Amino acid sequence: MKWLVPSADGTRRLAWTSAGIALFLGLWTAASLHLNNPVLLPEPTAVLGGFLDLVHDGTLISDIMASLRRVIGGFLIAAATAVPLALLMAFYRPLDLLFSPIITFLRPIPPIAWIPIAILWFGIGDPPSYFITALAAFFPIFINSYAGGKAVLPEHVYAAKSLGAGPRALFGRIYLPSAMPMITTGLRVGLGQSWMAVVTAELIAAHSGLGYMIQANRLALETGLVLVGMCVIGLLGAAMSVGLLAIERYVLVPWNQN
Amino acid sequence: MQTLALNASKPRLAVSHDPIPAQGTGKGRIEGHGLAMQFAAKGGPVVVLDELDIDIRPGEFLALLGPSGCGKSTLLNLIAGILKPTRGTVTIDGAAVKGPNSGCGIVFQHHSLFPWMSVLENVAFGPKMMGRGDPIGTARTFLSLVGLEKHEAAWPASLSGGMKQRVGIARALANYPPVLLMDEPFGALDAQTRSIMQEELLKLWSRFRTTVVFVTHDIKEAIFLADRVVVMKTMPGGIKREVKIDLPRPRHPDIIKSDLFNHYRGEILELIRDETLKVFRASK
Repeated sequence: MKWLVPSADGTRRLAWTSAGIALFLGLWTAASLHLNNPVLLPEPTAVLGGFLDLVHDGTLISDIMASLRRVIGGFLIAAATAVPLALLMAFYRPLDLLFSPIITFLRPIPPIAWIPIAILWFGIGDPPSYFITALAAFFPIFINSYAGGKAVLPEHVYAAKSLGAGPRALFGRIYLPSAMPMITTGLRVGLGQSWMAVVTAELIAAHSGLGYMIQANRLALETGLVLVGMCVIGLLGAAMSVGLLAIERYVLVPWNQN
Repeated sequence: MQTLALNASKPRLAVSHDPIPAQGTGKGRIEGHGLAMQFAAKGGPVVVLDELDIDIRPGEFLALLGPSGCGKSTLLNLIAGILKPTRGTVTIDGAAVKGPNSGCGIVFQHHSLFPWMSVLENVAFGPKMMGRGDPIGTARTFLSLVGLEKHEAAWPASLSGGMKQRVGIARALANYPPVLLMDEPFGALDAQTRSIMQEELLKLWSRFRTTVVFVTHDIKEAIFLADRVVVMKTMPGGIKREVKIDLPRPRHPDIIKSDLFNHYRGEILELIRDETLKVFRASK
């Protein structure tokens, strides 16, 4: 927990980071004062006011929870399928050859293009949103895990075999940890993609969540509340990314010192 | 420089599991017959080894010496089962080698440890895979043999090059393999560390008497360590000459100043020089 202890470097970083945030808020305030039109661009203070209102009437919390559930659910589905599939494909050549064409074909299709099909298959609400968020997270996780599985050093494989490791141990104790740094990179990118996708999905295929809230307020010309939704998405996405980085550092890849 | 555990204190060998054999087990005979190895390349197949015969007796310390491109690492990889020969057979104790297996410990020059496991887990990996009782206890015994019992919790990335290789040797030995294959294990170490590692390896070997095949391009290293130095030739690769090293054991570092050592050195230098010149001229 050394990041809790302030150091000279830490203080300097904090100063620059705060300056960056202040600069952003300053430019925003200046722009909104210049435009002088709260429908085009409300001031940060107005957005903060809207934020507090929505917190008090409870709708923001329920929208956040709806979006969070979809992001985390879809992300977990994606991680649980993409990581094993990618590693198995990197491990067994027949499986690689079997699935590679399908993956290569499906990968360029953006998640948003799946929305019509998702609505047809799953209706409106949670299920199509899970489908879209999972789809969005799947490919970054898959690509990175696959690259990680392919980058296993032959020395490690030979050493493990010469120490008596069979296929199962080779997979679980060599391939998986060896690919873990790449897998965690994929998880971070995938989580970000999932966040972007949930808003898109909720704009169209749901009646709750931050994306739906943004869409509803857009129609009501409540630009301040649209910005509340956008800011909350930005903050939550950043927080989850930082959280994942901490999990990566202390749980998933503790041996990576740099 | 760390003191060596074997000097400092008597290692904890009186453990109930797997007593360390004081003398050779009589296992670990390596036989290669008619070994040929070709690699496909743009301008046609490249012959790396051609019709090579080799017989390594149980408990022998054999050095494979030669300039790069002589096929010494290829021969080691054939014995390890990492490569399959184009022609010929390799057997260990009469059984054909089909792939890397627990009868053959390997120590590489680089990446020899698993970076995601602690030092202790690295050494315990083999005993765990072999289903031996108390792999952690065995790992501790072997770590103390190489003087690194205090570093058992460390990640490999935090160790020096010499320490990494000591852990690598401990890990390979912890499975009691009849054969230990070492591919330039000290090649990346500085001269001081290297010479201490050589001494330490000999001390361990005198205890285990496992068959060692040691690849190096360092003439002094080969003579200091080995019972027999196999000098390899190039184009095509194979055995140029074998030199039996009749230096007494245990060998003290001062032995490199002896006349006999220098006699071997001169003889082998001459052999190697021919080969290196051949490679040099061909590359022009």
